[in-house]
Amino acid sequence: MSALLEIKGIVAGYGSVEVLHEVSLTVNEGEIVTLIGGNGAGKSTTLMCTSGIVPLRGGEIHFAGERISAAGGGVRADKLVGRGLVQVPEGRRIFPRMTVLENLMMGAYGRDDKAGIAADLEKVYALFDILKQRSAQLGGTLSGGEQQMLAIGRAILSKPRLLMMDEPSMGIAPILVANIFRAVAQLNREGLTILLVEQNANAALRLARRGYVLETGRVTLTDDAGKLLVDPRVREAYLGDS
Amino acid sequence: MTPTEVFMQQVIYGLSNGMIIALVALGYTMVYGIVELINFAHGDLFMLGGFFALTIVGALGAAGVLDIAHMGDHSNWLLLFGLVIAAGVFCGGLNVAIDRVVYKPMRKSPKLTQLVAAIGVSFIIVNLGLFWGGAPMEVFGGGNAAAASKDFPEILEGSNLLGEDSNIVLRLEDLAIFIVTIPLMIALTIFVKKTRLGRGMRATAQNPVAAKLMGIDTDRVISATFLIGGFLGGAASVMWSLYNNTISFQMGFRAGMDAFTAAVLGGIGSMPGAMLGGVLIGLIRAMSDQYIETRWTNVVVFGVLILILVFRPSGLLGLKQREKV
Repeated sequence: MSALLEIKGIVAGYGSVEVLHEVSLTVNEGEIVTLIGGNGAGKSTTLMCTSGIVPLRGGEIHFAGERISAAGGGVRADKLVGRGLVQVPEGRRIFPRMTVLENLMMGAYGRDDKAGIAADLEKVYALFDILKQRSAQLGGTLSGGEQQMLAIGRAILSKPRLLMMDEPSMGIAPILVANIFRAVAQLNREGLTILLVEQNANAALRLARRGYVLETGRVTLTDDAGKLLVDPRVREAYLGDS
Repeated sequence: MTPTEVFMQQVIYGLSNGMIIALVALGYTMVYGIVELINFAHGDLFMLGGFFALTIVGALGAAGVLDIAHMGDHSNWLLLFGLVIAAGVFCGGLNVAIDRVVYKPMRKSPKLTQLVAAIGVSFIIVNLGLFWGGAPMEVFGGGNAAAASKDFPEILEGSNLLGEDSNIVLRLEDLAIFIVTIPLMIALTIFVKKTRLGRGMRATAQNPVAAKLMGIDTDRVISATFLIGGFLGGAASVMWSLYNNTISFQMGFRAGMDAFTAAVLGGIGSMPGAMLGGVLIGLIRAMSDQYIETRWTNVVVFGVLILILVFRPSGLLGLKQREKV
């Protein structure tokens, strides 16, 4: 198994606050890996560094065998998308004053292969039927769960090699969460590599192959997801056991 | 003149001025939409466009291409369109340069810092205009002092299109304003709706981080926005100068305030709002000039602005910020 994403000891922060203290993690081709941890642990920052939005202060990030980021610069965010490094950001960040279809097509912004785009659009509609029904509706009028589906669909239209998802279950009705996690599992079965950031550790660990636990900017535990799920430290901190 | 004729005449004045205001307002609203900056220098950039156009006319006159003394005798549409494009490119390019040098380095600074910087740029440009007005060019008639107003030559023939007997006056200048502004607005609307860069603009305006995550080069989108906003301002300045037959280094302030008011009235950030707001401000000015008194017109216009801010802060076509999180 070859590593698709390698994050090597990255340091990052905002202003005078350092958020990540030498975080390392690896995602292999074809895996679902989950990054779990509490509020403010640095999960989103890790993804934003990987997407090239937040600059690194130390460490390196490699994607598909190439160094894409290091302290002092790296590949620009908009270029990374074209290489297949795609993120579904926290809070969905859909475009509220564009229709559902326009939102989806924004995912294909950098693509020219019309046939491929049309095929991916059909794939998204097959995955989330509701998006097809609502294709002419403005994005801002969708419910939270539907917006999450839209954000995932939009990311699929970017033709990802690695899909990074930031808390897709946050603030969404449980029935829709189940839908979304089923879709994630299906995408992975079709060969997509996924890095899933979640506070909902239980659901994430059941879905993933391996997991990392992030606490205040450091990876404190990493193991197979099945083992983390029964690990007393994880159960106590994130799964509500006492 | 019958009361109806008086009213119709004011409608013509109002629409003509309003379309010019609308073009300038688009420059405010587009830049605000994309970087949340009230670009206070925009009105003054508009003023420089007038000086640039006048300088071209002067240079063409000096080179013997134009006979400045007899310019109003027949219409020179080629010159008009040429000036519109030249002033547009000049103002657009300058706007991009100002953004790169001044606004871009402070993009992440507090909004107040950026606003103060924009006011600073405004002062610099006004004084550039004053300096430019002191340039020794014969075409700058109307006064030799740098601060004096300069005559802008007649480019179109001035007769009344409705016939010399008509009480209502409609001149080629009025028509030219529509011939220039309406296609520009249509082209802009199509550009923003249909082209890749236009979609990138809308995405960046709605969520800049998400836009980057879609693979949009947001820096390029921002530059394009300043370019287009500046172009529209430059085009508007030629039409304004033609319509008023005079330019001065101070003309950007009032035009800028009218346009800014129009942008807020329509809903800042909304392009159809800026167009509607511009036309409305033009009409309100014309009606106030006629039916109230000229000296009360600014009071009326800014009174409207205050009422809008109190009762409908998001403007007529603005969207209430009510996004689900």
